[in-house]
Amino acid sequence: MSSTVFSIKIGGEAGQGVKSAGLMLAKFATGSGNNIYNYIEYPSLIRGGHNVMQINISQEKVTGPFLKCDFLIALNQDTINKHSKELTDDAGVLYDSGKKYDLSKINGSVLQFPIPLSKIVKEAGGADLLSNTVASGAAVGVLGGNIKGLVNLIEEEFKDKGNDLAQLNAAAAQAGYEYAIKNFPERLKTILKSSDTLSSPAPQMVLNGNEACALGAISAGLDFAAIYPMSPISGILAVLAQNQEKYGYIYKQPEDEISAINMCIGASFGGARSLTATSGGGFCLMTEGYGLAGITETPLVIVEGMRGGPATGIPTWSEQGDLRMILHAHQGEFPRIILAPGDAKEAFELTMEAFNLAEIYQTPVVILIDKNICDNDQNFDLFDISNYQTDHGKLSNDNSKEYFRYKLEPNGISLRAFAGSGQFFIANSDEHNEIGYSTEEIEMRNLQMQKRMKKLETCAEKHMEKPQIFGPKEADLTIVSWGSNKGPILEALKNFANVNYLHLTWINPFPAREISLALKNSKKLLNIECNFSAQMGALIKEKTGIEIAENFLKYNGRPFFVEEITEKINSILKGKTT
Amino acid sequence: MTLQDLTTPCSPTWCPGCGNLAIWAAFKNAAAYENWNSGNTALVAGIGCHGHIVNFVKITSFEGLHGRALPVACGLKMFKPELNVFVFTGDGDCFGEGGNHFVHACRRNHNITLILHDNGLYALTTGQTSPLSPRGFKTKSTPQGNPDEPINPLALAVTSGATFVARAYAGDIPKLTEIIIEANKHQGFALIDVLQPCVTFNKQFTHQFFQENTYYLDDSYDPTNKFTAFEKSHEFGLKQIPLGVFYKSNEPSYESQLHKHTSSTSEKDLSTLFKSYT
Repeated sequence: MSSTVFSIKIGGEAGQGVKSAGLMLAKFATGSGNNIYNYIEYPSLIRGGHNVMQINISQEKVTGPFLKCDFLIALNQDTINKHSKELTDDAGVLYDSGKKYDLSKINGSVLQFPIPLSKIVKEAGGADLLSNTVASGAAVGVLGGNIKGLVNLIEEEFKDKGNDLAQLNAAAAQAGYEYAIKNFPERLKTILKSSDTLSSPAPQMVLNGNEACALGAISAGLDFAAIYPMSPISGILAVLAQNQEKYGYIYKQPEDEISAINMCIGASFGGARSLTATSGGGFCLMTEGYGLAGITETPLVIVEGMRGGPATGIPTWSEQGDLRMILHAHQGEFPRIILAPGDAKEAFELTMEAFNLAEIYQTPVVILIDKNICDNDQNFDLFDISNYQTDHGKLSNDNSKEYFRYKLEPNGISLRAFAGSGQFFIANSDEHNEIGYSTEEIEMRNLQMQKRMKKLETCAEKHMEKPQIFGPKEADLTIVSWGSNKGPILEALKNFANVNYLHLTWINPFPAREISLALKNSKKLLNIECNFSAQMGALIKEKTGIEIAENFLKYNGRPFFVEEITEKINSILKGKTT
Repeated sequence: MTLQDLTTPCSPTWCPGCGNLAIWAAFKNAAAYENWNSGNTALVAGIGCHGHIVNFVKITSFEGLHGRALPVACGLKMFKPELNVFVFTGDGDCFGEGGNHFVHACRRNHNITLILHDNGLYALTTGQTSPLSPRGFKTKSTPQGNPDEPINPLALAVTSGATFVARAYAGDIPKLTEIIIEANKHQGFALIDVLQPCVTFNKQFTHQFFQENTYYLDDSYDPTNKFTAFEKSHEFGLKQIPLGVFYKSNEPSYESQLHKHTSSTSEKDLSTLFKSYT
């Protein structure tokens, strides 16, 4: 078991500041030279319900969520009830001693840190909402951290919200810390080492996939975004709306997802780099626009953050059930490029790449992520975009000659012009000839279909990337998966020298030959997915003929936890195929 | 620019006597007069008989999906506010599938001109009821008579926040030409409801009917008052169909409120943004 990962959980009702406290602790941990992976669970509510954030801390890179809990910060009784069974034998639990919680569910070997959170808040002159900050300060004390680091983070965080609020929070954290070190001098563990004992660590970004997609879009020169709010992608629009004036692009909240995708298509018709984002339900509304971009050959980037369906489903939980929808949605056929990042950094990089691909191939590009990527924070070195080259694709700038927007070219790619350029053309949702005039003639229909579909072949040749293999070249077991499963799989792989992982990011076009090569000599195969019918497994079979008999599937909205994957690997290696 | 410059190799496919032919003529007249071309103007159309117009006017255009012309036009206009943007849409296109977009485009007051080809039914699908068909109207889909109350496009536009609301009759090409030019000059969302006979499927609203029953609002009418505009938009009867500008007001257009667009990525200092996540 990866005992080097220390797992903190902070739980409470929605509205108690679980997420902000968790993010603060995560940033504190990275600031002192650690790595983190945050995993957050919350219901579709603004107040009440049960929110919990797991902060996994390690000196090594940490990439996935765990079932176990080494330190529990309970802001309510529910947290104790729900998570006591996850506590390791030498874990600690921190709670409000003034609240008379029922502690009978906590195992006797677990160290208890009763702290009068509400009382300390009152003494600091704050409202009960500040309990999370006092608890964070106390946790830093119990876990051997330097409170100065946390106070600095608080001041930074609240600097835009006024001096009083910053000081109040800083005082609350300080008071919690002092109570903890005075009353519990025997610290649990020195997990949150103070930074002066480490050589100054490289600055680390702590961010989730939503933020990464937004930063990727801005970095790629985003001009226009229209996004209708929906879990789990609303975080993307929050970043885009906030930064639009500074970075000179437009973000618009439209009346619905149909409008979102059509507005983006309109802006792209004028030459913009356009982005929309949604979840599966919103994508259903975008489906007709998806093919409109296809036949009019209008570049467009769509982020689809999957959650548990169908219909409203489990709106704040994760799933990978939309793969087939994104592959097949819309009547008829058109070239679509589909990329599936496995974490926030890949989401950043592939979003940037998607803007180039959309313009080079003049077609929609989907970034397919899941709620776990959208919401879970991880630390990364500062993003570096010095190698990124903007590629607007082939453009026509010659106003003197007759212009053929949909000229038949062997590689499928015609010169593109924008509305307002002076070059006449029709971007036509009807089948059209080379200028864009509507046509139903047999020959032109065939040629335009062939031209459009050819773009996928060209893309496969020129841009498609091979899947990555993590772990040894030769292995007793090869795991195949995609999306956020990458994190817990890599974490589990730390326990095995004879297991490797094939990570798929290009969904369409599909690197069938490379996947086939990687899989056909494997001793044993395991396909891991968060959906009911092993959609990727079926796609691999369709494209390569290789059937992966062993599937590990989950569709309850929860991610794969590291322990679950480890156990599965063990059972397969021991020959017990379940 | 001459009418010849606006001509394409495609011949109109509308029925002889169709109101679309007159709208097409009026638009080309306006374009020639105002020098609208592919360098300063873009057209967006929906799906229906009206949508074929993009094949017959040589100005860069986008023929979108049924009901979705408006959001394409809004996206284009937000990104390229310097362009004259015209939307061609039908009564089924705009108020059936596209009703939501219409209300929101009005309230956002995008600086675009919407030309509503209003023939009171679905023509391209061979004659079914539309959201603007009168109650009792008999069509293929309502053989017993339409049981639904029609939408009043002018009243809906006035209450939704459109700032230029007019009605024209397709058969009066000079007057329609004038209104199209005036609507485009207006800074904000402009609706022109063009009463247009469907000579094949609508035997009630014929050229003769409109010629006998319409009249032009005169100087005694004040188009700056929202409430009288609303009231006037409900006047519709024998010898009682008003034409002209019902409502006009000077509210800031959506595009006039937008911040400056930066086209070059190099102007965007991203390191401070990245550092804000440390």
